Amino acid sequence: MPKVTINGKELDAPAGINLIQAAEMLGMEIPHYCYHPALTVVGNCRMCLVEVEKAPKLQIACNTQVSDGMVVHTNSERARAAQQAVLEFLLINHPIDCPVCDQAGECKLQDYYMDYDRQPSRFPLGKKNKKGKAIDIGSDVMLDQERCILCARCTRFLDEVTHTSELAIFERGDHNRIDTYPGRKLNNKYAGNIIDICPVGALTEKDFRFRMRVWYMHRTPSVCAGCERGCAIDIYENHGRIYRYKPRHNPLVNGYWMCDEGRHSFTNLQTERRITRALYQSDGRLVPETFSAGLRRAAGAIRKCGEANGARAIGALVGAQATNEEIFALKSFMNDVIGSDVIGGMSYSPPGSSGDDDLLIRANKNPNTRGLSAQGIALDGLDTLAQEVSSGRLKMLIALRADACTALGEAEFIKRFGPLDYLLVFDTDVNETAQMANQVIPIAAYPEIEGTFTNFQGVVQRLHRAFDPPGEAKSAIEAITDLSMLLDGVERPQAADRIFAEMAAREAAFAGLEYEKLGHNGLKLNV
Amino acid sequence: MERILTRWLDIPNLRDIDVYLAHDGYKAARKAFFDMKPEEIIDEVKNSNLRGRGGAAFPTGMKWSFIPKNSPKPVYVCCNADESEPGTFANRYQLENDPHGIIEGILITCRAVGAHVCYVYMRGEFAIQKQIFDAALAQARAKGIIGPDVMGSGFSVEIYTHRGAGAYICGEETGLLESLEGKRAYPRNRPPFPAIQGAFGCPTVVNNVETLSNVPWIINRGADWYKSIGPEKSPGPKLFCLSGHINRPGLYELPMGFPLKDLIYEVGGGILGGRKLKGVIPGGSSFPIFTAEEAVKVNMDFDSVRAAGSLMGTAGVMVMNEDTCMVRALRTIAHFYHHESCGQCTPCREGTGWIEKMLIDLEAGCGTMQDLDYLISVATNMEGNTICVLADSLSMPVKSFVPKYKDEFIEHVKQKRCPFRANGAQSLRAAS
Repeated sequence: MPKVTINGKELDAPAGINLIQAAEMLGMEIPHYCYHPALTVVGNCRMCLVEVEKAPKLQIACNTQVSDGMVVHTNSERARAAQQAVLEFLLINHPIDCPVCDQAGECKLQDYYMDYDRQPSRFPLGKKNKKGKAIDIGSDVMLDQERCILCARCTRFLDEVTHTSELAIFERGDHNRIDTYPGRKLNNKYAGNIIDICPVGALTEKDFRFRMRVWYMHRTPSVCAGCERGCAIDIYENHGRIYRYKPRHNPLVNGYWMCDEGRHSFTNLQTERRITRALYQSDGRLVPETFSAGLRRAAGAIRKCGEANGARAIGALVGAQATNEEIFALKSFMNDVIGSDVIGGMSYSPPGSSGDDDLLIRANKNPNTRGLSAQGIALDGLDTLAQEVSSGRLKMLIALRADACTALGEAEFIKRFGPLDYLLVFDTDVNETAQMANQVIPIAAYPEIEGTFTNFQGVVQRLHRAFDPPGEAKSAIEAITDLSMLLDGVERPQAADRIFAEMAAREAAFAGLEYEKLGHNGLKLNV
Repeated sequence: MERILTRWLDIPNLRDIDVYLAHDGYKAARKAFFDMKPEEIIDEVKNSNLRGRGGAAFPTGMKWSFIPKNSPKPVYVCCNADESEPGTFANRYQLENDPHGIIEGILITCRAVGAHVCYVYMRGEFAIQKQIFDAALAQARAKGIIGPDVMGSGFSVEIYTHRGAGAYICGEETGLLESLEGKRAYPRNRPPFPAIQGAFGCPTVVNNVETLSNVPWIINRGADWYKSIGPEKSPGPKLFCLSGHINRPGLYELPMGFPLKDLIYEVGGGILGGRKLKGVIPGGSSFPIFTAEEAVKVNMDFDSVRAAGSLMGTAGVMVMNEDTCMVRALRTIAHFYHHESCGQCTPCREGTGWIEKMLIDLEAGCGTMQDLDYLISVATNMEGNTICVLADSLSMPVKSFVPKYKDEFIEHVKQKRCPFRANGAQSLRAAS
């Protein structure tokens, strides 16, 4: 391995990496705008100029590969002068409209100015070049040409990743501007990524603009539940309200990107359909009650059904929206508390949703389909459980994140599950199935819980609780363990890590995995 | 002195292939294809010390030798005819009057580096030149001189002409290649150099028109003859483009190392209107200016001009007399580079515009003393920090004009107006 020295620190660098990456391995930052690890190197911003001994000129770190014996200085007088010069150049025609710019607070111009420049402007304000502002370039993206530093990350993303090439650089010199071709707009399912990779405020998100200053938001690492890819994301929220999702780098799953559909999927979580109290069916309508009253009513129904029809008259249906831990908790509840092994799974994708593509999007719109099958739960629950009902053996169904009615259609649902004596639903929303239920218990959505999803490649990734569930809703695990407490008086663990450990002990697919070792990127299943 | 590159002045209609053939035309190509191995051609050109005429003065033979031998990819030759340097007009005359000389140079180069395809990239304005050159190509093709079987050697060479759309940056070697590939002419990062990854990702030699015009002469008469013209390290006949305040502006063929003083006062017939000399840019607008005192001491070859603090570049010699407003002259240069910066690299994109804005202010009498410092500091910040040398092409004139004519710049600030304009500065036309 080539040995390089950066600012006096030695590194045995893997061959082929560039100086920005080498510095990163030493915990040092070489400032850069145009360089992005997932895009080709263009070397146009000139921010990463460093001094390499024996080279007469300063070299751009992004285009300089490590070689043995290379000695690099990133903070020598010459390097610092170049960094300062480049920042000054970048800012002379920049509008410096930070007070009204959404990027403020996470802007590389601001950050690097504070870190590397800190000189007053020598350029008269009135002589700045004027270009287009607030241009709707399609998709969910707004373009501000004045703020743009022409790093060409967006054009390279559209050329190299989506191969759609909607944006290009027009004109010449300091009249250069990013724009769409005349009469054309952004037209691809990943356009939002150009907002993320834009190092400045040139590309902003239409939905997010002027809604929240970035420094008021909290970032929580999580996983997108929009499809079985399970892209690693960061949830940005303030006081329990999500403002945006951003992709989080995970080489095992999504690289640096996510699709626009997933990016905007949080809007489905914060609707008026969210259930904040328990509900019970009375005279054809759902009546709210407290969470604990709802659980007591459910426990009573379970006890009654079990006594009258035997434990196997109670079955469970679990959707592929549930986490691995929720699936395991429900399975344990059915086996250990109720004594029934009648469990079916379902994984439903609405008709007309996007199909598989060659980048990230998957046709299966459930984040944990693989997790269900990994715990031995077949996905044909809607058929097998319906047979149990029609044969008269199954009298009561517990549905966890399983919107069977929407999947089947109302008529078919009533035909299959109408004969049930009792339908107990654990869900986040008043969906079609919940409206049919005898009892609805409100549970937390995935940004509100700890747990894991297993994506279609078998990568188990962690979710983190970004904020509390609304109203009286609790995590599904708490709801299930509370219910079992009412039934048999045994206290069971509620923490995701404890359940994960038990799951790893009992489910072969998860054997050897440890919750704490999943890390940022997750780990692959054994099978 | 014998006219070599400009022998078309003596031989009427040299652009016609029959006339060209009657005057030893394609003799050198024949020699290269039948009597010499490719390595021998490269060695001969190396020994001749021929240096690129496009501005960078890189040794041509060495450039050729960088092409990998037995490359699995095709090798390309590009003839750079995107002559755009202000003050330069030599390629244009060569294309119009001696197209076969260029074609012959291309053939020899192709043979030397193993290329079967050559692209001639001409500037957008060379419409007539392209017509003439295409006609010459057609003649050569009809005679079997270019095509699938060059002069019966079994070696194929096809030459294509391509006209740009009017951008200075397309004359930069890698900008030319990008433009040739149909892309925006953004110069490329090096390495990889064109010799390894040039046109369409293949090994490529890019040579200027005038460089290629020299090649047949070296093959015909030998490296030693060539080195006997002018200084040994920077030899050969050279086309000088003389312009500005001079009595006889025009294109002159002179040996390398010709004294600049004689070029101006003998060959060029002295300063227009009998005025005094104020400054000379020796190599096209990109390079540092010589004051009158400096200019008269310089010999015009690559090394001597460099030693005197400028560069000979394309030998576009621009003469300015005492009536020239140097602020305005520099502003004109800055305007050009601002207009032509491709905008890829930050320092050049932003710096060229900033410098022009300061110079507009200075010329109009709105500048400050601080601007004079800023000019130098901005030029310094641009220099050497970009992918190509366009930034340096403005920084060099700025860093020579401002200190060498500082008093004039200060007068503009003090008087809050251009002193030349106030005194009724003579335009070029008025003086003649």
